[in-house]
Amino acid sequence: MPVKNVYEARIEHLQILDEEARLDEKLAKWPDGRPVLTDAEVLELYQYMVRCRAVDDLAFKLQRSGRMGTYPQNRGQEAAAVGAGFAAKRGVDYLVPCYRENAALWMHGLPMHYVLLHWMGDERGNQIPDGVCQTPLCIPIGTQMLHATGIAWAFKMRKEARVAITFFGDGATSEGDFHEAMNFASAFQVPCVFFCQNNQWAISVPRESQTASETIAQKAVAYGMPTTQVDGNDLFAVVRASTDAIERARAGGGPSFIEAVTYRLADHTTADDARRYRDAKEVEAWQKRDPLIRLRSYLQARKLWDDAKQAALDDEAKAAATEVVRTAEGIEAPSTDEMFDYTFAAPLPAELELQKRTLQTHSLGQDPAQAGLSAQQA
Amino acid sequence: MTQFAPPMPDLDRSLPSREGDRVIQFREALREAMSEEMRRDPRIFLMGEEVAEYNGAYKVSQGMLEEFGPKRIIDSPISENGFAGLAVGAAMYGLKPIIEFMSWSFSLVAADQLLNNVPKMLYMSGGQWGCGAVFRGNDGAGGQLGSTHSWCVEGLYANVPGVKIAIPSCPYDAKGLLKTAIREKDPVFFLESERMLGDKAHVPSEEYYIPFGKAALMREGDACTLVSFGRPVNFCIEAADELRGEGIEVDVLDMRTIRPLDIDSILASVGKTGRIVVVDQCWPFASVASEVVTQVCERGFDLLDHQPVRVNSDDVPAPYAKNLEAEFLPNKTKIIAAVKKTLG
Ligand SMILES: Cc1ncc(C[n+]2csc(CCOP(=O)(O)OP(=O)(O)O)c2C)c(N)n1
Ligand SMILES: [Mg+2]
Repeated sequence: MPVKNVYEARIEHLQILDEEARLDEKLAKWPDGRPVLTDAEVLELYQYMVRCRAVDDLAFKLQRSGRMGTYPQNRGQEAAAVGAGFAAKRGVDYLVPCYRENAALWMHGLPMHYVLLHWMGDERGNQIPDGVCQTPLCIPIGTQMLHATGIAWAFKMRKEARVAITFFGDGATSEGDFHEAMNFASAFQVPCVFFCQNNQWAISVPRESQTASETIAQKAVAYGMPTTQVDGNDLFAVVRASTDAIERARAGGGPSFIEAVTYRLADHTTADDARRYRDAKEVEAWQKRDPLIRLRSYLQARKLWDDAKQAALDDEAKAAATEVVRTAEGIEAPSTDEMFDYTFAAPLPAELELQKRTLQTHSLGQDPAQAGLSAQQA
Repeated sequence: MTQFAPPMPDLDRSLPSREGDRVIQFREALREAMSEEMRRDPRIFLMGEEVAEYNGAYKVSQGMLEEFGPKRIIDSPISENGFAGLAVGAAMYGLKPIIEFMSWSFSLVAADQLLNNVPKMLYMSGGQWGCGAVFRGNDGAGGQLGSTHSWCVEGLYANVPGVKIAIPSCPYDAKGLLKTAIREKDPVFFLESERMLGDKAHVPSEEYYIPFGKAALMREGDACTLVSFGRPVNFCIEAADELRGEGIEVDVLDMRTIRPLDIDSILASVGKTGRIVVVDQCWPFASVASEVVTQVCERGFDLLDHQPVRVNSDDVPAPYAKNLEAEFLPNKTKIIAAVKKTLG
């Protein structure tokens, strides 16, 4: 009996705005002729990218001067976050982030200082304001993908036309949570988009050591999910692929996977020194593919941008970043009550009430009466 | 989240009588609790391995697929971490997941979701995103399941703030505690026992909710205080009945929930007896029994006439062989010996 071929897969790579900032006019339009991005939209998104970079630069300096804890820079990955953020509907779709997509969170209404507040070590940076559709930053690698699947499951149960889009890195694809989330999402056909920012590194582990797959995108094939690879430094490609995936999910077409090929131009976090493990030549090559440079060239070629406008935007972004830092630093340290109030939904158990008032556990043998509580309450 | 969420009922209302002739199994009591709540609250769904078509690996969810349909009674892939994490997301978005672990032993592969996400979501989001899901399943030795499948997770999980842990000892409590668990805003770990699922007793047909953190006094006496939770409560009752024949009358306190822990009732009883034996099917080291003894020493040292005594499983992996497993677990004989030790 002849051996039959029972499955074949193909992974496409989408690029619309190439490294030389040349636009593929055909792919830059939807089949119905509408542009994937209007000039006004490109200008707006470019500004988000520049503002994000300015906050990054300032955060780096703050950390170096001891005013902030560890901070993961977004440098080099701005087009991926902004493009995906743009494709998701603000106030409708849910962003389920890890920690390297600041601009998308801001675009969806998170006050900019929240992210800094978080990295300064303040829980309240994760107290997402009402009406902002996103979940807190998630630092355990991969766990948020399952939450996204669950949130998308809830959308489906409640028959709401919403989509969850979750962000994670190349390294996260080695976690069990990744595989379980992908399997669940697909088996249950929930409206969830898996957006991988493949920035080539997981701290010091290069992409090739992380997995023997030739692409990250092909992992989704095993879960029966539409999947594609895009140039993650190409805003147009990211917007097109993300919009496709999100609207397919909204229409009931189930989950999709996007691998955005990008590069972490900075250290893993401010606690890292990537020069110890990365070839300077590699970094240099990727610097030429910096999404900000590419988009600026595109805008200038279309006469939508010039040096004067850039100088003005840089000034404005720097001032905005300074303001964001001022706001974050101006917030008073949390009261110790905060430590207790959110452990359980109200009312606080008596034992915690006692600890809240005295800042001591019962193991110190305190007298409940001294703490102003009746023995019953204690 | 605007969808209808029934409030916690008045938990001070007196509970219906335990006496009666509506005798059903423990598993039926669990099913009744889930079904009653599901009929009222469309946010609730039950998910787990084999819960739907197969009616549950232990037939707890028998007939529920038929009544509630495949959108609410859901067979999941074999993916404990997967459905635990999915429950976090679904609960964050306002649904009420009931997650069935075939065994709590298998919840260990979901430890990150269960211990690092479920109990902390509310805290880390400053009160924005709770995770009011119920996780339930068999806990403890199921009868020759070997050491990987015989976990008592209460010792491990009770260490983590942010979850409530209920552990019924009888069909009556199974229904009343599970109904309360489903109404809780906080996440609840609900520990059942394969060895008790077939136990039969009267369970009132009416709806009732047993408050968390309130122990039940199962036997009364002033010689010693026996404290337990879950399946070993039954061994304590056997021991108490036998001791009564010898003229020794003891208090038996069924804690019903480990978190919150009704330490007040324990102290009140120790105030009367001056002696305490804690029976806990977990390993002794850093166990719930250790916690009870510690709190009694901290708050009621002067009440004690004898050092506290613990009856735990032996400090070894759960054995596979029948005779060894029986020897390993707390039982009536060990409990009687412990009580007599406190009587000097
Ligand atoms: C479960 C878990 N394991 C390990 C870590 C430590 N850690 C933090 S970031 C990171 C690398 C993640 O790489 P990747 O997913 O590619 O994301 P990137 O940081 O490159 O954006 C590791 C190992 C963690 N936070 N969580
Ligand atoms: Mg990476």
